[in-house]
Amino acid sequence: MRQPYAGIVITAPVTIPYRRYSTNTAHWWVGRAVREVVQRAGLRSSDIDGLSLSSFTVGPDTAIGLTQHLGLSPRWLDHVPLGGASGVVALRRAARAVQCGDAELVVCVAGDTNQVDSFRRMLSTFSRFAQDAVYPYGSGGPNSGFALITRNYMKHYGATREDFGKICVAQRDNALKFPYALMKKPLTLDEYLGARAISDPIHLFDCVMPCAGAEAFLVCREDVAKGQGIPAARLLATIERHNAFPDDPIQYRGGWAMDIPELYAMAGVTADDVDFVQTYDDYPVICMMQMEDLGFCAKGEGPDFVRSHTLTADGSFPHNTSGGQLSVGQAGAAGGFLGLVEAVRQVTGESLGAAVPDAKIGLVSGFGMITYDRGLASGAALLAGGRA
Amino acid sequence: MTKPLVRPKRKDPLKKTRVPLLPQGVRSRTALGLTAAAAEGRFRLQVCADCAAVIYPPRDACPRCLSARLPFRDVDNRGTLLAETTIRTSTDVYFRERMPWRIGTVQLDAGPSIVAHLHGDLREGERTRLQLKIDKSGQAIAMALPAEDTPNMADDPQWRELTCDPKFRRVLITDGRTAVGQALAEAVSEAGASVVFVGVADPWKPFPGEDRLRKIERVEIVALDLTDTISVNECAGEFAARVDILINTAEYVRTGGIIDRKGLTVAREELEMRYFGLTRLAQAFGPVLRARGADGVNSAAAFVNLLSVYALVNWPAYGAFSATEAACLSAAQSLRAELRQGGVKVLNAFFGPLETEWYQAVPPPKVAPSALARAVVRALQQGQEDVFVGDIAEDVRARLAVDPKALERELGS
Repeated sequence: MRQPYAGIVITAPVTIPYRRYSTNTAHWWVGRAVREVVQRAGLRSSDIDGLSLSSFTVGPDTAIGLTQHLGLSPRWLDHVPLGGASGVVALRRAARAVQCGDAELVVCVAGDTNQVDSFRRMLSTFSRFAQDAVYPYGSGGPNSGFALITRNYMKHYGATREDFGKICVAQRDNALKFPYALMKKPLTLDEYLGARAISDPIHLFDCVMPCAGAEAFLVCREDVAKGQGIPAARLLATIERHNAFPDDPIQYRGGWAMDIPELYAMAGVTADDVDFVQTYDDYPVICMMQMEDLGFCAKGEGPDFVRSHTLTADGSFPHNTSGGQLSVGQAGAAGGFLGLVEAVRQVTGESLGAAVPDAKIGLVSGFGMITYDRGLASGAALLAGGRA
Repeated sequence: MTKPLVRPKRKDPLKKTRVPLLPQGVRSRTALGLTAAAAEGRFRLQVCADCAAVIYPPRDACPRCLSARLPFRDVDNRGTLLAETTIRTSTDVYFRERMPWRIGTVQLDAGPSIVAHLHGDLREGERTRLQLKIDKSGQAIAMALPAEDTPNMADDPQWRELTCDPKFRRVLITDGRTAVGQALAEAVSEAGASVVFVGVADPWKPFPGEDRLRKIERVEIVALDLTDTISVNECAGEFAARVDILINTAEYVRTGGIIDRKGLTVAREELEMRYFGLTRLAQAFGPVLRARGADGVNSAAAFVNLLSVYALVNWPAYGAFSATEAACLSAAQSLRAELRQGGVKVLNAFFGPLETEWYQAVPPPKVAPSALARAVVRALQQGQEDVFVGDIAEDVRARLAVDPKALERELGS
């Protein structure tokens, strides 16, 4: 049995408002996020003794370069280049570091800039497999990779575009209340269905909008947060898995399916106890896959599950309550932090937008790094507000 | 069903010629094993020497047993198309102007899943044959074809982007006095070339086979002396913009090694015709070919070299000849890199002794000129970069792959 994360909390959730394009560097975005964490926690930057960085565009620097750039002298340093799984992975490593006393105050930050041509350049050099075996095939980027996964899932499990549309429309409803969302206009199912095709069956509103932004949080002991007088979320359990099910000829499940019983067992809760879920929503098919693999319904029942629930923050299955990347925007690696930062706000009663009524336990899921034909990284965490 | 190509209309000379763009051609060193296979029209993937796992994308460690022994081997190319997508928007300039573009996930019977370009006649759920092809960037890609041939399948736009099919293209055969040149004129005409220019030095001088050559459909005799720079430049000035495939059929075959040939006269003639002839053609026609690599249905497609297989290893009985052929091969490698910038392929056809007067004393097997011509046309239709024609050429290639030094001794004894 794994050791519980006793007394470890997540606090000071920070979002630096996203912009479609930015002339600033990733360093600027990361710097702003770290500063805001420090201010919100009532600390000085010299108090920070742990730093975890996730960024695609901070090159040629890595986390070490950022210590000098930001004037930090941490005794614990991590770089988590795992895209959509960055948030959960950064959190679980930082939690253990704090729990073991290797560091006391760890800032986990993800930030990326988006310059006019940076997305295209990133696609062609994203991974060796992308360079050798994906980009030369139409250069559709993740849209075409996920189109194949979506197509296969629809064929096998009977999901329709209407089902995916319901997920996207509910997220847009949530986003309309979230001040930092880049998408400010309501989205109807008809608009979703009528949008232009990008890579069949992926249409415009199935895709996230690449943008610039940053997200961050602080990991520390519960008594430290209490001493600073800041609300904090307790960490109940986490899982992480990479390159799960490599023999599946095409992806229809993620690493969660291997580890989900352990997540609930470690937290001592069941899926029924979860008040809201933040899935990783690079494409709605992945949300549906997570509803299955995270134990809310069986494999193949995702479409029915979506049909039988309302997915807005005030609905029967509150999902991606800030609007998710589909409506807020995908700020590179910060997309892997978005759901986690939002979950901390929800369980601590600090929601900036659509609050989930009486939210006590939240599940956050991460997914990332499609280096060839499937997302490799997956992770999940259960958070709780209030006292144990 | 593939819509048959329509013969392209005469081009409006005021219209802009589309600049040739290339898909991304960067590959890891290991992935170049696929390019080597595609160049010869083979389907090869890495197969673990320790656990026999078939591996894709190319790796440097076996994902099943971590072995580093991962040679490329011929693999069963059959599979099933699990899922397809039609890409309608791309960040890449090459694909942007070719949208929509279909790709799909193919599960090979041999194991791995391969993301591949799709032939228009292949549908989701169907059985497929995968082929490795050289794309415009000069690198290998996988293309999924219908399990059985379909009508007009060579006319599929995604397929034609990968091939150098002579259909509706204009071909220049540089020397029509040779038996091989005449056989090629016939073969490309049969393959649907819209014009076959055939170069002849001093066309007023009659030559064997002339009558038959002139009777081949769409053949047009043009004055071209490969040993004369002015003649080559004049020919290019008049025809280069109308040549989509250039096939250099110049030959100069004489027996003897280096010592036994007295003086340099023969060697000079040999080099004039072969090495300098190739250089003159490349300099006169190359720039226009390279600029027309994306010029519609009949874009410039290929520069074809006919090379003795003894370009790869010297055969002392024809020692000086072999040395000249080696020079031409080396030049062709440079030419390949230079023409790739325009998406134009260099096809090298390697052959053993031919069934012609210059190889009179050589015992069989020998290659008939018509067989060589058919092999060249087929290699163009398949978009290959190298083709070995006949038993001797195949034999030399196989022996070279095993032990070049042993072959040197064998040929010299």
